[in-house]
Amino acid sequence: MNPPNWLRAIGRVSLWVWAVLGLVFLFTPIFVTILFSFNEPTGKYNHIWNKFSLSGWTDPLKYPELTDALIFSLKIAVVVTAIATVLGTLMGLAMVKYKFRAKGMIGAILILPLTMPEIVLGFSLLTLFVSINWSRGFITIIIAQVMFSVSYVATTVRARIRGFDWRLEEAALDLGASPFRTFRKITLPLIAPGVVAAAMLTFALSLDDFIITYLNSGLDNTFPIQIWNMKRSKIPVQINVFSTALLVISVILAIAVVVGGNRRSRKLAGLTEVSGASLNS
Amino acid sequence: MTVAAVPSRVRRPRRERDGDDTGVSARQWFTPWLLIAPGGLWLLIFFILPLFSLGRLSLEDGGLSNYSTVISDNSTVIIRTFVYATISTVAAIVIGYPLAYVIATKGGKYKNFLLALVILPFFVTYLVRTLSWKILLFDGGPVVAILQSLGILNDNQSILGSPFAVVSALTYNFLPFMVLPIYVSLEKMDRRLLDAAADLYSSPARAFRKITLRLSLPGLFAGTLLTFIPAAGDFVNSELLGSDRTVMIGQIIEKNFGKEFFRPELSALSFMLMAMILVGVIVYARLLGTEEIA
Repeated sequence: MNPPNWLRAIGRVSLWVWAVLGLVFLFTPIFVTILFSFNEPTGKYNHIWNKFSLSGWTDPLKYPELTDALIFSLKIAVVVTAIATVLGTLMGLAMVKYKFRAKGMIGAILILPLTMPEIVLGFSLLTLFVSINWSRGFITIIIAQVMFSVSYVATTVRARIRGFDWRLEEAALDLGASPFRTFRKITLPLIAPGVVAAAMLTFALSLDDFIITYLNSGLDNTFPIQIWNMKRSKIPVQINVFSTALLVISVILAIAVVVGGNRRSRKLAGLTEVSGASLNS
Repeated sequence: MTVAAVPSRVRRPRRERDGDDTGVSARQWFTPWLLIAPGGLWLLIFFILPLFSLGRLSLEDGGLSNYSTVISDNSTVIIRTFVYATISTVAAIVIGYPLAYVIATKGGKYKNFLLALVILPFFVTYLVRTLSWKILLFDGGPVVAILQSLGILNDNQSILGSPFAVVSALTYNFLPFMVLPIYVSLEKMDRRLLDAAADLYSSPARAFRKITLRLSLPGLFAGTLLTFIPAAGDFVNSELLGSDRTVMIGQIIEKNFGKEFFRPELSALSFMLMAMILVGVIVYARLLGTEEIA
């Protein structure tokens, strides 16, 4: 009934080989992105490897339209992250901590934007803006990005804080802490890792989003929209320089948050355990 | 008397909370709604309302005939879109499932590191990732050279502009969305079930089918949606890597959304795209067995 050992060994090895190939598949374009930031393109398009050069890195601001677009993208990401993190966290908290009527419906409305193609979300929002004659730009981009980010934040926060011991809040209130102090000392530290993760996700999604943003951007250009507009005229090496720099910064930030988060969550776990033991006894 | 009663009244409701909820019920019913209101209103106005606005616009001028016009004008594009999205989703399962399986069951202490590698592509903008995929498939690039030396491709043939270029890019771009949910469901699996199956003389293949695959169905379902839906609505990959022969629904919307006159038909087209995906999701959920997804 069991296959012979040599067959199982082959199976195991080929599984590993297949998985490694999958990682290579995922990784190669990222490697290409980094590699081609050191290219000296022969023409206007950075598509074919010519020779190693640092020209992109020594002159990253050569195309002001690209730099401006990146700065514009970062501004939008900051505003969207601030708004969506607050709104989404509140919704996530409500979904975990409370029972109320229409909870199922709210849950469905939160999931729905994630199950719809971006082009439908973007285009339907555009029809709304057009029907009320609202010209597109910074504000409409913020509106569009917050719309889909709220769902991501609420879902992330909800998943991360499910199963927490909320009796800690009651304990603090019982011991005479003010509601504000309870929120600051108990609720916030409990939900913080989830909120930070959601905020980082929102920031990344905002920088990355193209389709919804493009449809609702009017004449304002984010970094991806600027690349889209340049695709027929030139693809300069600076696009890869900026992308590589953003990649390196994100990786460093992610590592810092994970390392910091581990230390923090160990401390919190200790707190929860102690309080759980005392509350249960 | 009243003075003496004050301290006990302050403390009592909290003491009673464990026993019954009456002490806080007056506050409880609106607290969650206060928390939900800001985000909920945002979604109501900028997500739900636009869908109605889209639906209403899609019926302007021609009514339901907008839909029949759009379908007959774009039948090839519509079919092509769903074929591309299906193929890239299946390819993502074929590549992504073993990858998620290896990370979840054999990753050991490198689990988180391997998972980080899967997420890493997200740190490079979607458009730049797609451009890098284009570099790989470029004439004279590595993939073309390899395929030509293997004799799969003629010397003067190129990949760019072909359906293969578009589908491979779609697969590549959405693969992490397939790997992550499958990983999550495999990670949660109780490995002792497999030991139990082996003890009861089940073959590894049977144990995989009956236990591992069964338990990873929710992840597989989520991964399929997260891959298929963006792939079906995409216009970036076919625009950057395709040609006239690879036009997808998204491209038609993208090319025309700025033009006033085209809006009813365009609304009908996007509404139809959404409806077809929803129907697909429901059928797929039925096929996999809804009770296992919930």
